[in-house]
Amino acid sequence: MARRSSEDTGTVKTPESRRQRKKRSKENKTRTVHANLLYDAANKGEENPNRHYANNKIKTTKYTVLSFLPKNLFEQFHRFANVYFVFIALLNFVPVVNAFQPELALAPVVFILSVTAIKDLWEDYRRHRSDKEINHMDCLVFSRAERRYVEKYWKEVRVGDFIRLRCNEILPADVLLLSSSDPDRLCHIETATLDGETNLKQRQVVRSFFDLDCEFDPLKYNSIIECEKPNNDLNRFRGYIIHRSGRRDALYKENLLLRGCTIRNTEEAVGIVIYAGHETKAMLNNNGPRYKRSKLERQMNVDVFWCVVILLVLCLFAAVGHGLWMFQYGDKRPVFDVLSPEGTDLSPIMSAIYLFLTMIIVFQVLIPISLFVSIEIVKICQVYFIHQDMDLYDEETDSHLQCRALNITEDLGQMQYIFSDKTGTLTENKMVFRRCTVAGVEYSHDANAKRLAMYQEMDSEEEECTSHGGTLPRRDSVTSHQSARVVLRSQSTKSHRRTGSRAEAKRASILSKHTAFSSPMEKDITPDPKLLDKVNDCSSQMDFMRFHSQPMSQLPSDLSDTIDFFIALTICNTVVVSSPNQPRHKVRMRFELKSPVKTIEDFIKRFTPSRLTSGSNSSSSSSLITNRSSNKGCSSLLSSPSAESTLTKLHEERSCGGLENAFSPVPPSYDGKASWNIEEGELRYEAESPDEAALVYAARAYKCSLVGRLPDQVTVELPHLGKLSFELLHTLGFDSTRKRMSVVVRHPLTDQITVYTKGADSVIMDLIKPPNTGRKFARGRKRQKKIVCRTQNYLNLYAADGLRTLCIAKKILSQEEYACWLQRHLEAETAIQGREELLFESALRLETNLQLLGATGIEDRLQDGVPETIASLRKAGLQIWVLTGDKQETAVNIAYACKLLDPEEEILTLNADSQEACALLLEESLHYIQAKFLCSSADQTTKAFHSSFAPFDLYPSSSLSSSSSHAAPFLVHRLGLVIDGRTLAYALDKSLEDKFLAVARSCRSVLCCRSTPLQKSMVVKLVRNKLKVMTLAIGDGANDVSMIQVADVGVGISGQEGMQAVMASDFALPRFRYLQKLLLVHGHWCYSRLANMILYFFYKNMFVALIFWFQFYCGFSGSAMIDQWYLIFFNLMFSAFPQLITGTLDKDVSAETLQQLPQLYVNGQNSEEYKPYMFWMNMIDAFYQSLICFFIPYFAYADSDMDLFTWGTPITTLALFTILLHLGIETKTWTWMNWLSIAFSIALFFTVALCYNASCPTCYSPSNPYWTMQRLLQDPLFYLLCVITPVAALLPRYFYRACQGTLFPSPVQVGRQLDKLPADTRRNILSLTRVKVGSPLSPKPPFLSLSKASPKGCNKNDQRSISGSKTLEATQGQADEEEDRSCLSGPTDSEMHLSDLYTLVPSEIDTLPYTKDAPQPAGELQPPSTEVSECLDKTLEPSDVSLSSWITSTPLLTPADSVQLNLLPDGASQCVRYSRNSEDRLKPDHAVHPAHRTEQEVEQLLHTKL
Amino acid sequence: MMASSYNAKEEDGHPSGASGHGGPGVVKSKKPDNTAFKQQRLPAWQPILTAGTVLPAFFVIGLIFIPIGIGLFVTSNNIKEFEIDYTGVDMDSPCYTCAKNSSWNNTTPCTCSVDFTLEQPFESNVFMYYGLSNFYQNHRRYVKSRDDSQLNGGRSALMEPSKECEPYRKTDGVPIAPCGAIANSLFNDTLELFHIDSNGSRNAIPLVKKGIAWWTDKHVKFRNPGGNNNLTLAFQGTAKPVNWRKPVYELDPSDPENNGFINEDFIVWMRTAALPTFRKLYRIIQKKSSTTPTLPSGKYTLDITYNYPVLSFDGRKRMILSTISWMGGKNPFLGIAYITVGSICFFLGVVLLIIHYKYDTRNNSADIPN
Repeated sequence: MARRSSEDTGTVKTPESRRQRKKRSKENKTRTVHANLLYDAANKGEENPNRHYANNKIKTTKYTVLSFLPKNLFEQFHRFANVYFVFIALLNFVPVVNAFQPELALAPVVFILSVTAIKDLWEDYRRHRSDKEINHMDCLVFSRAERRYVEKYWKEVRVGDFIRLRCNEILPADVLLLSSSDPDRLCHIETATLDGETNLKQRQVVRSFFDLDCEFDPLKYNSIIECEKPNNDLNRFRGYIIHRSGRRDALYKENLLLRGCTIRNTEEAVGIVIYAGHETKAMLNNNGPRYKRSKLERQMNVDVFWCVVILLVLCLFAAVGHGLWMFQYGDKRPVFDVLSPEGTDLSPIMSAIYLFLTMIIVFQVLIPISLFVSIEIVKICQVYFIHQDMDLYDEETDSHLQCRALNITEDLGQMQYIFSDKTGTLTENKMVFRRCTVAGVEYSHDANAKRLAMYQEMDSEEEECTSHGGTLPRRDSVTSHQSARVVLRSQSTKSHRRTGSRAEAKRASILSKHTAFSSPMEKDITPDPKLLDKVNDCSSQMDFMRFHSQPMSQLPSDLSDTIDFFIALTICNTVVVSSPNQPRHKVRMRFELKSPVKTIEDFIKRFTPSRLTSGSNSSSSSSLITNRSSNKGCSSLLSSPSAESTLTKLHEERSCGGLENAFSPVPPSYDGKASWNIEEGELRYEAESPDEAALVYAARAYKCSLVGRLPDQVTVELPHLGKLSFELLHTLGFDSTRKRMSVVVRHPLTDQITVYTKGADSVIMDLIKPPNTGRKFARGRKRQKKIVCRTQNYLNLYAADGLRTLCIAKKILSQEEYACWLQRHLEAETAIQGREELLFESALRLETNLQLLGATGIEDRLQDGVPETIASLRKAGLQIWVLTGDKQETAVNIAYACKLLDPEEEILTLNADSQEACALLLEESLHYIQAKFLCSSADQTTKAFHSSFAPFDLYPSSSLSSSSSHAAPFLVHRLGLVIDGRTLAYALDKSLEDKFLAVARSCRSVLCCRSTPLQKSMVVKLVRNKLKVMTLAIGDGANDVSMIQVADVGVGISGQEGMQAVMASDFALPRFRYLQKLLLVHGHWCYSRLANMILYFFYKNMFVALIFWFQFYCGFSGSAMIDQWYLIFFNLMFSAFPQLITGTLDKDVSAETLQQLPQLYVNGQNSEEYKPYMFWMNMIDAFYQSLICFFIPYFAYADSDMDLFTWGTPITTLALFTILLHLGIETKTWTWMNWLSIAFSIALFFTVALCYNASCPTCYSPSNPYWTMQRLLQDPLFYLLCVITPVAALLPRYFYRACQGTLFPSPVQVGRQLDKLPADTRRNILSLTRVKVGSPLSPKPPFLSLSKASPKGCNKNDQRSISGSKTLEATQGQADEEEDRSCLSGPTDSEMHLSDLYTLVPSEIDTLPYTKDAPQPAGELQPPSTEVSECLDKTLEPSDVSLSSWITSTPLLTPADSVQLNLLPDGASQCVRYSRNSEDRLKPDHAVHPAHRTEQEVEQLLHTKL
Repeated sequence: MMASSYNAKEEDGHPSGASGHGGPGVVKSKKPDNTAFKQQRLPAWQPILTAGTVLPAFFVIGLIFIPIGIGLFVTSNNIKEFEIDYTGVDMDSPCYTCAKNSSWNNTTPCTCSVDFTLEQPFESNVFMYYGLSNFYQNHRRYVKSRDDSQLNGGRSALMEPSKECEPYRKTDGVPIAPCGAIANSLFNDTLELFHIDSNGSRNAIPLVKKGIAWWTDKHVKFRNPGGNNNLTLAFQGTAKPVNWRKPVYELDPSDPENNGFINEDFIVWMRTAALPTFRKLYRIIQKKSSTTPTLPSGKYTLDITYNYPVLSFDGRKRMILSTISWMGGKNPFLGIAYITVGSICFFLGVVLLIIHYKYDTRNNSADIPN
């Protein structure tokens, strides 16, 4: 809201002496900027006061050549593991405890450190290169010596320099705008690189230079700027400029051009550099990468800790053993017990202590040094593959998924809750005007609807033949437009992270051609013929009247409403008009004033009759070209008359009135003169939100087009009337508290001061003028009442259609009223304290007693595949909550459209006015849920019963969180919860949040309407913290940022609303539907790959247990039979590659099956792949395997002449084979890469061993393995060992896996079996219902297996349940009936019972406590017939299509349908009824506390959330 | 993990290759390549571990392992081995007194002889081992306590042995050759074998003392310093290890090819045993002719020059006579292991077969309704 904050012009600070100022600057509160020119000539800036400020050279690199090594090492040692390993390596240098050659022991640590260091170095080098590129960009800097602007590199720009900027140039630094070639002294910038918003923003020249008409001359500049210290607040800049005359002018953020932005639509601008380089706001905002730790990693760290414990236990054991071993010899020292190097005899205790340290060195591998590096590598590969996935690539925007956080890929596979924004996330956020109602008459725009349907068809056709990529043929279009090709569009949606690179500059130049929020679909609106006639009628009459000087008030009220309606659509917004060919082209009919009324004197100027007679007004349409050079003097300073005197003047003159005729209508012929040679069709509208644009385009379809917008006036072209300029007196911008915006204009035809307001229906309806008492208005009052009534009806209809509704209203102010309001408003604007609140109140004062003109319905189309995605995500066990700022009705209907809510499920609507009411509602809901679902839950074992009901019985006990992760799937009922923002605010209160959660989590879907960004994040936080679940938040707008940041995984949709969400997100998707593949496929894969890899790592490191077993045979002396080289490189080299390959490429189930069987996702949700017990199972398995690997060679070589290392080498080999084969068992997909990596590993081991053993006969003490391997290879025993040991070691695991695969296959394994089937068969199976994922033997019994007991369970519970018993009895009979019926269709017994249980649901609706109140007669609602049939279709669809989920495993069989059919109208009406109720309750809503406003400021950016 | 996320950012900011520098006209599509690798569609073998699929593997393993095991077991059983403990722990054992009196600094040799009877003749080459028990040659500090360069004849290492040899590096400033604890504890018993004829006469059995060490050890790893001409000269300026009775150049005065560091008994000792109970090859009794057995059954006497004290650490000394096969000495373990593992596999195979027939079919029908 650029305009909104320009209100603080009036603040004039008391003058201070220079000394004081200097003192202040020393206190580091402000920054003083002088022009460099004054000091240029003097010896190199010695006394230049700017010399202390950072220059514009940026350096984002972390290291220099010299500092790299120490700094990098220092940083790496921040990781505890590295310190640990270095500590161990250094321990080796202590002779008493050393186990390995000290130099060798350093190798792994050095290797790991250097890998990381090289990676850091490479990244730093890239940063360096891009810095260099940016630093060497050119810009024009004024040089005193040459008295002109010369090209300089960016890095040479200094604070205080004058810079000339040309169109499409990127700003090199934060610049204070001093001059602009724009006649309005404006400069348009695009801030896409900063906040991603693609619309243009206006910046103004500093006020004192405003009237400077000739070219700005830096040499004449002699002012001093004092402003804030550099800070990172993009929306704040305060300061003042002190002129030579001592005059001060305040500076605002409107005056500051930020680094990284691009100049648009302005030929030339000059400014002085205020902040440079790292002190610019853009750079200060450039935070480092975020670091999130994934759930898996957290789990892993616990097990790393356990590894440490195991290590210590082993070492302790060995140490004690050694002490005892020493002790048994007593004083007689055996020959083989060598004295310490110093020759001293160590006591057993001392030896034990030393040995403890030695063992830590020997067993160091137990803590997986390479695990961290490997995980990092695997994650990078995973991210690469996700990036490369074609299915996640959006052709239309040429963008694919971005992973912005590299270390949480596996979290994608563990999500349990999804929190989604609605607008722009589920929907396209392409606002399409659908229908409107004007003065109580509905215009259905059928042709328009047909056209839209056509587009949809074409879309799908286009998808089929993507290769052509043809442009959309446009039919019925009123005007032809240059098609802003989608490819061009896409450029805007890319992320710009660094400020200003060359590539960006290029991209930006493309960008300049595109228009925000406009595709042909949105732009071309087919007008409704009736309405078009009316508009034509109306305007021709007005034209007629104008020429006959009849007062406009004689116009029939419905006609005047119509024209007002369109005028409101056209001007009540902040849309900026530009033309693509001539960016500087401005359509203007200027008054002398250059801005909206900001000061009293402005107002007086405008309303002083004398001025009107001066003749200047007659040229109100005078073009800028004629004016520009003539009336502007070169003086840089404005003389301002004192405010007081003018105010009194105003009071005098106000009574004069007679302004009626002052403004003569502007004949159309006036306009075309200047540069009005561009067809209107080429005008581009740049709106801050898409629905603004949609309305403007809609109005244009009726020939009411917005042709120009300036700060002080709006030009509209009307049919017959031509161009009319509305003097823009005020704009009260949109904010989410008021939920409306208004403009105050002077109507050029009637000369009345008119307020046009546009806003959410709930708000506007309350502000509609209450009936006037006067008799004269009786008719109008009646009419207005009728209009309101009808419009409300239509609004309900629109909402039921899922349209976004906006009400348009107007108000005519008298001169006095306006002056009165203005005065108070100006007071509010100039207030220092509580300005926000005062302004808010001021707006409230203006926006009352409105006259309703009509309402619009804008369609926000669902994105492709949203219902399917939601359905499959839900099947995947994900709870989906939609948090939207939209109104309840719209939200509910969209929720139905996207299958979030099911027509056959019941909806709990919570609308409460107070904390108590909310508490009561929640309580009732809980009881209701308890009563209703007691029966079905009784199906489960008593244990399950308790666990699932514990939260209800015991809340707010801690059981809520503890039982959550396991019990969650059982708790979800077929219920939908709709809650509005206000109730949510109560429900989120500490006292109620547990109840709220208890209700919400038992509902299948939750819909929070009218929620603020803060509430969104609070909900996410609540669920995340209380339920201890993994949460994903997805959204596209700035209002979702907080939610995205709070969630475990934040996903941004790189859509229409800028990049803020993307910037804050961990993953950025082009479309919502890609979430399906991202979660179900990539999430699943990433999770299972990493989980398996981590487990494997722990397992693998247990091979040091071999050495532990050996300790029993070497007197616990810390000796190792494995050559230290093998020991150290075993993990690092020999066994590293296969696991990396498997960790990167393994696919347990194919992508197709994963998507078709979303149930498999539960695998990750429940952490099935990596549970705490699995770590121990793995450890035990590893223990067993190490026993085998040790003792088979032990017995095979027992009492032989085998020497130590010749014996150790086969053991190493065996361990390698075993470990690789183990990986083989765990590998699900064998590609050539897997084979290759395993072959490579083995080959590498033997090659290295052979080379190593042949290289040096005297080196490598103590093992000195000369020719060992060679000799072993000639030994048949070696081969025999290599065959039997891995087989014996892996036998249990292999057997277990085989049994598991048959007896109790995990769902994933069943999925894998499906994979194996031929494609056709698989498709057949998947399309049928009955695939039972999870066999009856499964350890987790799904409902199915227990449901046979259900009737009994029911009865039992009848006695137990208090409130539910009656209804259950009542429905029992019904259930029996159904049983009979369903027998015909022949489902199995158990399934049938289940279906019965679920069909009980509808019959109970009427017994609900809160459905009783005031059921509305269905007739009044007039549900559209299409809706009904559509719903019928939905339910008639065999629900078999969906796989019976194994979580709920409720096969919705045909018998259920019969009940649903009965239910349906009821259900539909119910939903609307609720919305009515809520409407009533919402009424006092406009008095929202101003205190909330700060929270909602983010939201103000978005009109869409009306 | 640390800086890697920055990485991705960079990539976004700087579109690589053509898209960055191709100018606005030729913006390259970012569409990913449709390759099997990038789309993770590499052709793959996807084994599913179920009873049905792994069944054959178990049977095959069983069927292969059991015969191998039987073969190994038979082979091992065909190996003849005779072992006699001559430590002299018991009062009635012939070496009891020697054992009691033996110590490292004992200069007077003590001899004793042990009689034994071979029930069966040893047909092929017979290997004579000495075995030690409870002798931790694999002790960490013991294993390290040697200088390979010295043993390789390095002149400088001879005079300045490695620090690893401490505390057996120097005595009174004179470097020890060979240094270190391993060499210091060289096994120095002498064993001689006599066959007692039926008439009671003792026939010395010729014991070959060459060829008992690894060829590479003898010829590559171990070398005498300064050529082979005069060992006494070569080892001048060095001291004998503390526990030794004679200097290294007198290990086998009869054969210069077996003296000094390249003495095979010494080399064999220097190859430290893996386990505390070990045997080391001492001599080879070569087969004389194809008709007579190398060691015919009958009575034998083992004459021992008892020098090596083991009782202090509860050690045992043995003499072992053994023939060898292709798989080395007598060790039935591997055969038994193969048979056992093979049997287990076979058994598990049967279990899986039952599981397969009982559950797998039902499972399939559940999956595939039609």
